[in-house]
Amino acid sequence: MTLKVTDLCIARGGIPVLTGVNFTLAPGAALILRGPNGSGKTTLLRTLAGLQPPLGGRIEAPPESLVYAGHADGIKQVLSVAENLTFWARVFGRRDIDAALAAFELAPLADRAAGTLSAGQKRRLGLARLLVTGRPVWLLDEPTVSLDAHATALFAAAVRAHLAEGGSALIATHIDLGLAEAAALDVAPLRARAPAPDDFDGVFA
Amino acid sequence: MRSLWEYANPARFIRLSDRVLPWITALALAALVIGLVWGLWFTPDERRQGATVKIMFLHVPSALMAINAWLMMLVASLIWLIRRHHVSALAARAAAPVGAVMTLIALATGAIWGQPTWGTWWVWDPRLTSFLILFLFYLGYIALWAAIEDDDTAADLTSVLCLVGSVFAVLSRYAVLFWNQGLHQGASLSMDAEENVDNVFYIPLLFCIAGFVLLFIALVLLRTQTEIRARRMRALLARERMG
Amino acid sequence: MIAMLGRDLALGVRAGGGFGLGLAFFLIVVTLVPFGVGPHPDLLARIGPGMLWLGALLACLLSLDRIFALDWEDGSLDLLATAPLPMEGVVSMKALAHWITTGLPLVAAAPALGVLMNLPAPAYLPLTLTLLLGTPALSVIGTFGAALTVGIKRGGLLLSLLVLPLYVPTLIYGAEAARRGAAAQAYGTPLMMLAGITCGAIALLPFASAAVLRVNLR
Repeated sequence: MTLKVTDLCIARGGIPVLTGVNFTLAPGAALILRGPNGSGKTTLLRTLAGLQPPLGGRIEAPPESLVYAGHADGIKQVLSVAENLTFWARVFGRRDIDAALAAFELAPLADRAAGTLSAGQKRRLGLARLLVTGRPVWLLDEPTVSLDAHATALFAAAVRAHLAEGGSALIATHIDLGLAEAAALDVAPLRARAPAPDDFDGVFA
Repeated sequence: MRSLWEYANPARFIRLSDRVLPWITALALAALVIGLVWGLWFTPDERRQGATVKIMFLHVPSALMAINAWLMMLVASLIWLIRRHHVSALAARAAAPVGAVMTLIALATGAIWGQPTWGTWWVWDPRLTSFLILFLFYLGYIALWAAIEDDDTAADLTSVLCLVGSVFAVLSRYAVLFWNQGLHQGASLSMDAEENVDNVFYIPLLFCIAGFVLLFIALVLLRTQTEIRARRMRALLARERMG
Repeated sequence: MIAMLGRDLALGVRAGGGFGLGLAFFLIVVTLVPFGVGPHPDLLARIGPGMLWLGALLACLLSLDRIFALDWEDGSLDLLATAPLPMEGVVSMKALAHWITTGLPLVAAAPALGVLMNLPAPAYLPLTLTLLLGTPALSVIGTFGAALTVGIKRGGLLLSLLVLPLYVPTLIYGAEAARRGAAAQAYGTPLMMLAGITCGAIALLPFASAAVLRVNLR
């Protein structure tokens, strides 16, 4: 279940953003992606998730091992919390949602329509989705946005439990999650350089 | 992922097309002048339709090119989808408005021809209807190109639209034939000599067709150059933002 | 995939208006036709099948942009694309859900609205039959159009421009079969052609829709 990235080059809108991305994410390990806004963290995660093709390099991961959580939670307002989770569980071929509800303290809200939840509660629901998928490698984009201190601690605990079970996580975040064991990867130095402006052919892309 | 095609060709295309463009333009003009002057002034009036029939020197070539332009876009789209050849996608983009104008010319000259001949500007004849539908396909294709900002995304989406559209255009053609039998005469040109128009008209018509084909090629080359340069400019601007 | 269908149906029913809106629109169009062409029963009976087909087509068109737009906005589409479901399956289920929430009610309502159009008695069976066979094609073709325009803000008008030409063959065969049926002529041929288009669209278009959706997500 190791995610291995070799010499990856990624692009946003046809323009290279990051080059020479190298890292290995072993089972039980977490890697925190750091870098200023617009440095390409989201693009990197989307590329790893298979949503966009890389410009070059290799991504090696066992099939059906990754799960991606982006800025938007994919929550349907008119469905209840339990229905939202059950849907995603079934998409990933699973049934049980109780553990996920418990991990993010959503059980009391299970029958509320997701549209009536607060932003932080919605975020918790979005994160609970990760648990019901049963996938080992989590790709998380700013998971703690709009979470309060308590919910952030819940999230850190969930990540820790996930790592203890042999899972792994790649997390783009600006705040300190208190995951002492996590390594960090700063993407700022990997920024792709623009070719010389008089490069007539190269500019065409 | 990246191949020689992607880098080398836009520049080579511009160099090559710069060299041939004056010749093709000159040939197109020559063929059109010869064909139209010959056709309009030096052919006899037709037995039944009189001088009206001479509008075919515009109508037939434009109708031919209206369909051929779409076929060219289809081929270019396939090349883009398979080879990821940027010039190909931009050539398809460049050909669309030209094809749309050809369709419009064919429709307009058809209406002008139809008025004295059939006594009406427009009938829901299969051929006329098919061309109207073809025109709508052109409009949709052009609008989709215009609506999407990212060039590669637009190229991908319009290529798939062109493919699907082609299938539906053919389906529409047969549906329309089924739906209404028409007034329009059969094909004016075919391999079967019996059905051809008179030789008097035939040779100037061939000149006109050659002129339209060359004109189409010249326009598409020119517009493709423009598209390539516009695209390069957008890429440069994006790079500048990137720093 | 069944979960997908179930969710979309639940959303269609609960999302306030999505379910009945197309139907109400259909009713309004059919009501407006006599105002436009005059209330003569003969005329209405003659143009009735065509008008009902046109109304159904427009009602179908109206709800197309909802197929992917909501899932696009709330990020579900990204998550579905990374889920183990094949994109072709997702697209097919979306089209099926659209048909069940929009096409099927139209089919059911068409005979009732046929009364408003003074349709002769033999017209009802062919009308319902053609709509039943034709509306799935409308949904599948529309899903392709919706997938094409999903990333475009205010894409509704463009969606119509792209989808309506693609609807031409379906409309021609469907309305022609319904018209022939109403005139008590044989309508087997156009009905077969309609069924052929529907089958072909269901079989092939999801691949195009899925490819286009992947491009839009990247």
